[in-house]
Amino acid sequence: MFQRLPEADAAARVAFTLDGRPVEARVGDSVAAALLAAGRSDCRTTPVSGAARGPFCLMGTCFECLVTIDGLGNRQACQVAVREGMRVETQQGKREVGR
Amino acid sequence: MTTAARDHDVAVIGGGLVGSAVAWGLARLGRRVVVVDEGDLALRASRGNFALVWVQSKGLGMPAYARWTVQSVGLWDAFRDELRAQTGVDLCYQRPGGFHLALSEAEMERRADLLARLQAQPGMPEAGYEMLSRAQVLKMLPAIGPEVVGGSYCPLDGHVNSLRLLRALHQGMQALGVAYVPQARVERIERRDGGFAVRAGTHDLRAAQVVLTAGVGNQALGESVGLDVPVRPQRGQLIVTEKAAPFLHHPVVTVRQTDEGGIMIGDSQEERTDPVVGPAILATMADRAQRMFPLIGSLNVVRTWAALRVMTRDGFPIYEQSATCPGAFVATCHSGVTLAANHALALAPAIARGELPADTFSTFSARRFHVPAAA
Repeated sequence: MFQRLPEADAAARVAFTLDGRPVEARVGDSVAAALLAAGRSDCRTTPVSGAARGPFCLMGTCFECLVTIDGLGNRQACQVAVREGMRVETQQGKREVGR
Repeated sequence: MTTAARDHDVAVIGGGLVGSAVAWGLARLGRRVVVVDEGDLALRASRGNFALVWVQSKGLGMPAYARWTVQSVGLWDAFRDELRAQTGVDLCYQRPGGFHLALSEAEMERRADLLARLQAQPGMPEAGYEMLSRAQVLKMLPAIGPEVVGGSYCPLDGHVNSLRLLRALHQGMQALGVAYVPQARVERIERRDGGFAVRAGTHDLRAAQVVLTAGVGNQALGESVGLDVPVRPQRGQLIVTEKAAPFLHHPVVTVRQTDEGGIMIGDSQEERTDPVVGPAILATMADRAQRMFPLIGSLNVVRTWAALRVMTRDGFPIYEQSATCPGAFVATCHSGVTLAANHALALAPAIARGELPADTFSTFSARRFHVPAAA
């Protein structure tokens, strides 16, 4: 659905994992942008109904892009820049306490 | 535009947890009730509730209050069932037993001493309190931190979804025909034609009886109907976190996990009259909660708020019918959630009959504040 513009595509590569599987991103991507560019439009299920949710506002106000990053849950993917080796995990329902 | 005067059996002043429980209780007996509610800018003590349905440590200095509390808990299941059957709202009332945790040996001793003094009072009801060691607490609350040395436990303690409670009471009372007049601040109550006239803005309401359930506002309102209601506001602050998967299966008096998963923290009792949060108090509350349950530390706080709750001179309720203006009642308390069942199912029927039986209610009269101090 989303494609990088040519100038964005030319930036240096960054590798992270999503649910253990390797994903390639670019320096400067937010985790949310990297997920969208990798073809993932959903990153969690909402605790309220179990429906799939994903990045929406991309500016930190909607709280839909919540993922677990390096073991810490309910991080806003649009507010975190990807780093090499980052472990991103999708979330199911409520935040697991301790993560 | 003036609302035409209408006749009601009872005018309930204040539509919070106490007023709506009384109104619902009266309406289910067939009384024609109007609830006059001040509105969003009122002090709204209900906002400061912690959703506990709590028995533990109540009644030091007034065993009748402990009995009244245990009676209410005994009615809570039936109260919950009736509201659910009538409105479809599930209150999520849980009674897994509750804790008061000690973070030091000194706290543990003070707690044990308090419970011993409490239980030594004649007339205390059976409530099954016990002091538990750290090992015993750990079995029931595996998430406790290393500083918890033990605590007190009472199997009758529980909690409820208080947002749904207020919602169910309002929905239920209106379904039973209660007239709800919101955004209306009562300016004057007068005796008229054998009943009462209540003036609130453009509303001019007539009722045979009037019940004051306006929290801190009861004191001023009481003056015009011969009721002495010495109450003062007491600030409390609350913190709520994002929703987490369930891990805290028993409420602690200052930390609980709601049915939806958020952690609520509430620990302050401040003699202040401004409903404003203070970072120093919030930090202390959060620190204690995290020392009790370290896992809470990683959760995001979603909201903090302050509210002014109602405190009588001795902390115990005032239930009374005016001697000079019979038909005018006051009901004010600190524990509007715990006592909601009693207010609906024991107090309302007494008001409907026009009399608060002395054996249950005389201890709660404000006359208790007029006993001359010992020389």
